[in-house]
Amino acid sequence: MKHLLSVTDLDAAAATRLLDTSDRLKQALLGREVRKLPTLRGRTVITMFYENSTRTRVSFEVAGKWMSADTVNVSSSGSSVAKGESLRDTALTLSAMGADCVIVRHPASGSAHRLAAWMDGASADRDANTTGTHTSIVNAGDGTHEHPTQALLDAATLRDRLGEIAGRRIGIVGDVLHSRVARSNVFLLATLGAEVVLVAPPTLLPVGVSQWPCRVGSDLDAELAGLDAVMMLRVQAERMHGSFFPSAREYTIGYGLSAARAARLPGHAVVLHPGPMVRGMEIAPAVADGPSSAILAQVSNGVHIRMAVLYHLLAGAPE
Amino acid sequence: MTDLLITGARPYGEDPVDVLVRDGLIVETGSDLDRSVPERELLDGAGMVLLPGFVDLHTHLREPGGEESEDVATGSAAAALGGFTAVFAMPNTHPVADTDVVVEHVRRRGAAVGLVDVHPIGAVTVGLEGTRMAELGTMARAGVRIFSDDGRCVHDPLIMRRALEYATALDVVIAQHAEDHRLTAGAQAHEGVVASRLGLAGWPASAEETIVARDCALAREAGAALHVCHVSSARTVEVLRAAKAAGVRVTAEVTPHHLLLTDAALTGYDPVNKVNPPLRTGEDTKAMRAALHEGVIDVVATDHAPHAAQYKDTEWAAARPGMLGLQTALSVLVHTMVEPGLLDWRGVARVLSERPAQIGGLADQGRPIAVGEPANLTLVDPDGVWTVRGAALASRAANTPFEGMRLPATVAATVYRGRITARDGKVDATVDREGST
Repeated sequence: MKHLLSVTDLDAAAATRLLDTSDRLKQALLGREVRKLPTLRGRTVITMFYENSTRTRVSFEVAGKWMSADTVNVSSSGSSVAKGESLRDTALTLSAMGADCVIVRHPASGSAHRLAAWMDGASADRDANTTGTHTSIVNAGDGTHEHPTQALLDAATLRDRLGEIAGRRIGIVGDVLHSRVARSNVFLLATLGAEVVLVAPPTLLPVGVSQWPCRVGSDLDAELAGLDAVMMLRVQAERMHGSFFPSAREYTIGYGLSAARAARLPGHAVVLHPGPMVRGMEIAPAVADGPSSAILAQVSNGVHIRMAVLYHLLAGAPE
Repeated sequence: MTDLLITGARPYGEDPVDVLVRDGLIVETGSDLDRSVPERELLDGAGMVLLPGFVDLHTHLREPGGEESEDVATGSAAAALGGFTAVFAMPNTHPVADTDVVVEHVRRRGAAVGLVDVHPIGAVTVGLEGTRMAELGTMARAGVRIFSDDGRCVHDPLIMRRALEYATALDVVIAQHAEDHRLTAGAQAHEGVVASRLGLAGWPASAEETIVARDCALAREAGAALHVCHVSSARTVEVLRAAKAAGVRVTAEVTPHHLLLTDAALTGYDPVNKVNPPLRTGEDTKAMRAALHEGVIDVVATDHAPHAAQYKDTEWAAARPGMLGLQTALSVLVHTMVEPGLLDWRGVARVLSERPAQIGGLADQGRPIAVGEPANLTLVDPDGVWTVRGAALASRAANTPFEGMRLPATVAATVYRGRITARDGKVDATVDREGST
């Protein structure tokens, strides 16, 4: 595996290997005074973020540092066009500086795929004579397409809490249309054998969602009792200006995870949220901080999963 | 000029004849015309299909202002190599062709290059802004027969209504890029299963269908001639069918890429496949072919849209929409329509030459292959097969979505006003391709 662009790059065995590596790294670090493994010493990992992000960028950076990689952060607000240099030139520049891995977040869907193609030598110029580079690309979120390491850390968290993923029913609630987290989770969880249920107002469901490996519902209350886990998605309040829903209040009444709703989940059920949360609108504070919440465990697991991804891509962990 | 004798070619794929061309006209046809006259240049048509020269109602030559992607000379060369003897150049240049000054400039550049008739299309509204009607009358007096804001829709129904009404006195056509931009805000791909999986905001087919339905109602009231650019959606065909049955003066075109390609091509996010209107589904390509067969869609037009590498070597959202089309149009048409038996060579002549010439008001193009007619002719090798390579095409840019495809039928020669402009894949070298004026 040279790049990680989409969860569909992973079959069940490959995804499980990443989860297993993540668990082993977590165990290896447990209780250590010095949380530093030598695995990626001498490797250069660059994060290239074209969108604001705290948790994902820091998580990748910590993952790299704990494995002794040299990590460099590049951030750019606005698009490559606004900046004047093309995304391709920026990425090839970082590669030429010796980046072994470029971790990219970008507002355009498919940008990680494009970077990977350019790293592998693609060009639209009629007279181009380009050769590939050795640089690996990791997709840290591309537009409304995918966020594969988020889905992997969610899977790691679910496996921790539920023992296994196959056969479990996972509800994903909220703005599926604009969510890369939802896309990555639907396809990864399906690959791992879970039953996925999407719950959202019809305006926030993509056209063609019926072809996805999941079920679609619009009544959250009807689903609660059957769920082993519920994943609440971030909803941008600005969406109501696009008439996706009338008001934050109405959204909360229909789709918010209130304490009363959380109480109707089975006792073993896990509550997830990829963050950042809008407390009160998407999820009640008492639920976010309650015993069924795994929200901070998701964050911790995120570091281990990203260590595992870097390890597999850069150090060639046994396939 | 020496005479040109085309020997043994099959007009419309029918019985072979010899065709003698003199001073830009067909002067004699028959079997066994004298090949030994020394002043006669011979063009061996044995096994070839002879068609009237192709006419493209929808070309972007990019000049003035976009010469890094294409200019009149390179675009004319691509046209000649593709079998075209006339092209209509869209006005979305810099400056916009919204005055007689700019359209005259484009026409003169075309004439100076001299490989193909270049007919400028005038803008419907000033600067393509959609708010104020451009000087249609002045441009019409300068010879413009078609007006369009292509690339943008004339969205305001009142402006569209006025333009259609105004056009009736000028006997010109309004060609609409049918897209309700309120429904396509941020759209990057056909709204459907593929786009939703790829996280690309969707361009719903209804954004096309509603504008076409609206415009047909407006054209009906105005009694005006409406042409619908690049139909892409199956349900638009139903709208057109009903309008034509009701007597509305509406014609429509389909591009080669909407006959062949679907949104399945998008999965790698290569912007060479980004185009407006977007590549749609297999159901839509099937409906496009059926509509062209039936005549509900009148013509094939290329929407030849060159873009230099820097406009395509980007992330999908930043890439410009559009694809090359002039040199691949015939082959894609043969592949999608002739091979499956949906169109014969008479039909190819109709959709690539005769009907476009009629819609564009050209008296000397799309004419019968007969004595006394202008010698605008395309000689097609129906058994030829070639592999498309963007870098080998005549355009400045290389953005062909057919890269690497093996396609049937090649243009053996193009005869423009009695002169060979392209032969065996090469442009007539005697023409000053820079067209210095």
